[in-house]
Amino acid sequence: MLDATDRRLIAATQGGLPLVPKPYRAVAAQLGLDEADVLARLQSLLERGAIRRIGAIPNHYALGFTANGMSVWDIADDAVADVGAKVGALDFVTHCYERPRHLPLWPYNLFAMVHGRTRDEVRTKVAEIADLIGPAERGHDVLFSTRILKKTGLRIAA
Amino acid sequence: MAWLDPTARAIVNGLQGEFPLTSRPFRDAGRELGLTEDELIEGVRDLTGSGALSRFGPLWNAEQIGGGVCLAAMAVPEVRFEEVAAKVNAHPEIAHNYERTHMLNMWFVISADDPRRIQQVIAEIEHETGIAVHAMPKTREFFVGFRVEV
Repeated sequence: MLDATDRRLIAATQGGLPLVPKPYRAVAAQLGLDEADVLARLQSLLERGAIRRIGAIPNHYALGFTANGMSVWDIADDAVADVGAKVGALDFVTHCYERPRHLPLWPYNLFAMVHGRTRDEVRTKVAEIADLIGPAERGHDVLFSTRILKKTGLRIAA
Repeated sequence: MAWLDPTARAIVNGLQGEFPLTSRPFRDAGRELGLTEDELIEGVRDLTGSGALSRFGPLWNAEQIGGGVCLAAMAVPEVRFEEVAAKVNAHPEIAHNYERTHMLNMWFVISADDPRRIQQVIAEIEHETGIAVHAMPKTREFFVGFRVEV
């Protein structure tokens, strides 16, 4: 579990690292810690999966990836682990999750987010996913976002 | 799309992870990219300033740090769409909200420090709007190796 210092580290870095030659020392100074302590904590948080990665976090829209298709798939429960692993491994899939169905309204249990520069590019990629999944699929759809109604960063209280 | 010069392109394509945990990480990462420490810091500053990068630093995993996150969807009648969007967005726990092409036409992410808040927020939205909220929590996450290429 995370301790109070880890949570202060999250609060201090969730908006990004200071863009200075020694960013970890700057964070350490802000929190009253040693640079070595900050480095060791970040390493441990990476290893435990609390940090997914450290680096450039792209804004897909600003980079021209304005088409955002949520592809959703109805996959037999006993096949979804295998299919999900294959779909997630595709280099154009940004998120891949199993989620519960809501029958009869919503039969889909596998979600794979696909970003592209155009809707046609996304549709072509969704067709590639369909080819990869093959007969394990019982139906799919792709939901394009037509408007961003709200978008804020993750906010964590210290 | 904003035109990216070769330095910006190298940073976006080459630095979406594995930023070094060293005392001089911009110097060390710059060496890999063929950039000086100053060039890399300036390049990252330009990219965050222009909005091409949301930020530069750790990408935290909300569930792993004890918070709750849940995707949810609603089927909102077209005539009520703006009113319902305003009611949903008024909750500070709503991190993202997208209009999408489906009968389930409003998709949002509920994020809270205390995972117990998720169910409360769903109940509040259902009460305020009279429309069912379909919770779609992830039951399994598959590894994704995605990197944007520009």
